[in-house]
Amino acid sequence: MTETKTRKGQIIKIAVTALIVLSGLFLLQRLLMPKYVDGVVEGAFVAEYYRENKDHDVIFVGDCEVYENFSPVVLWQEYGVNSYIRGSAEQYIWQSYYLLEDTLRYETPDVVVFNIQSLQFSESQREAYNRMSLEGMRWSASKVKAIFASMKDNEHFLDYVFPILRYHSRWSELTAADVEYMFTTKRVSHNGYYMRVDVKAAENVPQGKPLADYNFGENAWKYLEKMTALCAEKGIQLILIKAPSLYPYWYPEWEAQVEEYAEKNNLPYINFLELVDEIGIDYTTDTYDGGLHMNLSGAEKLSRYIGRVFREEAGLPDRRGEEKLSAVWAEKAAAYEEEKRAQYQYYGMEEQN
Amino acid sequence: MLFTSYGFIGFAAVLVSAYYLVPKRCQWGLLLAASYLFYFIAGPSALLYLLATTAAVWFAALQIEKNVRRQSAYLKARKDILSKDEKKEYKAEQKRVRARWVAACLLLSIGILAVVKYTNFFISNVNGVLDALDRPQLSFVTLALPMGISFYTFQAVGYLIDVYRGKYPAEKNPFRFALFVSFFPLLVQGPISRFDELGGTLYQEHTFDKVTVCSGLQRVLWGYFKKMVIADRMLAAVSTIIGHTDTYTGAYVFVGMIFYTLELYADFTGGIDITIGLAEAMGITVQENFRRPYFSKSLKEYWRRWHISMCSWFREYLFYPVSTSRAMQRFSKFARGRLGEAVGRRLPVYISSFIVWFATGIWHGASWNFIVWGLLNWAVLMLSEELEPLYQRFHDRFPVNGRGAYKLFQTGRTFLLVCVLNIFDCYPSLSVTAGALGSMFTVRNWSVLWDGSLMALGLSGLDYGILAAGLLLMLGVSLAQRSGSVREKIRTLRYPARFAIWYGLFLAVLLMGAYGIGYDASQFIYNQF
Amino acid sequence: MEELLRILKDLRPNIDFETQERLIDDMILDSLALVSLISEISEEFDVTITAKDIIPENFNSAKALYALIQRLEDED
Repeated sequence: MTETKTRKGQIIKIAVTALIVLSGLFLLQRLLMPKYVDGVVEGAFVAEYYRENKDHDVIFVGDCEVYENFSPVVLWQEYGVNSYIRGSAEQYIWQSYYLLEDTLRYETPDVVVFNIQSLQFSESQREAYNRMSLEGMRWSASKVKAIFASMKDNEHFLDYVFPILRYHSRWSELTAADVEYMFTTKRVSHNGYYMRVDVKAAENVPQGKPLADYNFGENAWKYLEKMTALCAEKGIQLILIKAPSLYPYWYPEWEAQVEEYAEKNNLPYINFLELVDEIGIDYTTDTYDGGLHMNLSGAEKLSRYIGRVFREEAGLPDRRGEEKLSAVWAEKAAAYEEEKRAQYQYYGMEEQN
Repeated sequence: MLFTSYGFIGFAAVLVSAYYLVPKRCQWGLLLAASYLFYFIAGPSALLYLLATTAAVWFAALQIEKNVRRQSAYLKARKDILSKDEKKEYKAEQKRVRARWVAACLLLSIGILAVVKYTNFFISNVNGVLDALDRPQLSFVTLALPMGISFYTFQAVGYLIDVYRGKYPAEKNPFRFALFVSFFPLLVQGPISRFDELGGTLYQEHTFDKVTVCSGLQRVLWGYFKKMVIADRMLAAVSTIIGHTDTYTGAYVFVGMIFYTLELYADFTGGIDITIGLAEAMGITVQENFRRPYFSKSLKEYWRRWHISMCSWFREYLFYPVSTSRAMQRFSKFARGRLGEAVGRRLPVYISSFIVWFATGIWHGASWNFIVWGLLNWAVLMLSEELEPLYQRFHDRFPVNGRGAYKLFQTGRTFLLVCVLNIFDCYPSLSVTAGALGSMFTVRNWSVLWDGSLMALGLSGLDYGILAAGLLLMLGVSLAQRSGSVREKIRTLRYPARFAIWYGLFLAVLLMGAYGIGYDASQFIYNQF
Repeated sequence: MEELLRILKDLRPNIDFETQERLIDDMILDSLALVSLISEISEEFDVTITAKDIIPENFNSAKALYALIQRLEDED
């Protein structure tokens, strides 16, 4: 009798101890991880995707040249195309590839758009960008592979499994938001689009410095080929694009390589830098940071153009007749308008149109 | 593999678990395999050096033992035939044979150590001479210093000499001997263990015992605290000061030497805690390497309490043999005749200890600052030996000895002395050291101690807060330790209190440890010695 | 034995060597003192004490030390 009692007591003791240890660590981890709800919101984009209804016609993958330059709301409102941008800051091509692989676990879009700017990197440049692209991914074989493809020498896989190991010293810089968003989050993008309404005209755009080697790296090519193959296998139309960013400089030597690749693989390739006049991009009003990224005005122009490509060349149907989907988009559009208004007010600008 | 890498922690965790899962007779075999794997990961080529030393010492020790057996069999068989003188002659002859084995083996193992560790130091000194003669310079060689070579070489050599002296029989099983030489926690930074002390517990079969395992792991955790929360954090300030000798002069040097001495303690004893704790978790007893050295009241006492295993090694295998050698005794006799009793009596001690401190210095690092550091220690020790009668007279006159305040004064004085001596092993060269040391007396910038300049050394106010708390905790633990094991004291507490202490310590290491991105992975200071 | 006690007394005048049995364990004789002692003994008794004999058991008391000297004398 007493023996079973002490044994039972022992088990309870161990269980309670384990519970306290593990829940303590879990809470600390939630507390210490960056929330990306204000300031650098780009870190929250990747995770935001999982809350969507996943039956998109178009998925964008790539760096800031996709998530700041295309507005899915416009694509819906004007073409009835249901799209999502899986973008993140300085997303490297292997990350784009694995994010696509991850997306395909949930849905198979008709079109995938990839911005080829990231071909310039053949290995990860900064740990902080790795973190922002990878941390939000749900655990899957794709995520594991993405981590191993991205890690720099001083990074450890374990730091991704237990982010507390990475952020252990953040306790000295916690803010109220870290407590508020410990278990919840707020929407920071519009289907992956990062909206900016302010204007900073492009002037004195620096020319590109001569490079020692203009050839894209072997590793970068490898992932572009994997992406091409994956899309072909799933029957997805892959469209390569180059956003009309004046800077970082897009070298003619780079352009030639992409053109050659697109032709060889029979992929559509749209270089928006060459379409600036046709689309009507005005670098005095359509960029918010002097030509690096589009603001809302520029993004909407690009969206209208690429929407036509989706409709006319990829033959995507107009889904505005779908009742449920329309309702979802009505809500999204309202949030979009809301933020637009808030931003115009914040920047002290007259609302346009 | 550094103690503070995930790899090491994973390796240790798997090993400790496996240790209690395999059949008990396989336990030591597992340790051997793990140790060689550890060494292999650290640098496959270094395995060759380890194997050479292990094989040579094992074989030589066996030969010595065989010779002793042959000798007694021979003498027994001819007990009545041989005269006393013949017996004596035979014995002497056999002893020479054994001594030759030792000499050959020492030549090989110490030779390997000398070549890989000191070749470039030798070349740089030769170059100094060549430069003076306007001759072309020799080029340096690239030899990777195998991890822990100083430690395992000393362990093997100590064993060989002990067998030669007949302290214990030679180990016949080469694998068991290989484990003694290569037991991996000791490879990182000691303690330099003795075969008769470590051997027994290394090969014993150990049954899982919760208290032992927990106690060992608790010590490991405490080691990580000292190492990661205190030492690695302090390192930022220390390397700033040492790395920019032009900017950081005067009071900064003072701060640097205090910080370095505290960091050295936290780092080295923390590492040893990890070593001993890990061994303890597997039921293996490794002897202590420190006994609260900074509480010492004299430098002499300090050297009995700091890096004990190294000091006793040098005493037993270098100091005694040299000082009692026939040559030294003859020299002493000669000196007494020529230079008088007082000098003649001192000479063996002076010369032998000079040799020991020279060796200790160069063992710490192949450069002149370490040699000067060693010899300065020697000089201070000898000086205080000579001043002993003076102290005695002072104490006869003013009976302050034994009073709390005076003890505190002695402790503080010894700590400062150790700090000053340590300057020689933290700066990169002698001239830089001399400059830094001199600037303490010439540059009047003591205001940096309170005007906020210390905040610019790479540590924030918060870091200083953590350091202060950590150092206080370390001090408190040391004070509590004087009346017995702190872990045992904690064990008498109720479960919730016990749990809170260890979980708190774990969280402190996790949250306040200076590890990961943003902190440079820092090697244990003693790793390369 | 008288001879030995005289040598010891010279070395550490304050110690009662006839009763003290923890000379090494209690650090009354440190390594430097030991070496002086050994060179005195080899002078006086004409024996060779080598490093292998320097273990606490041989030096902890005057009695043990005397026994060591006698043993070494016998061997010669």
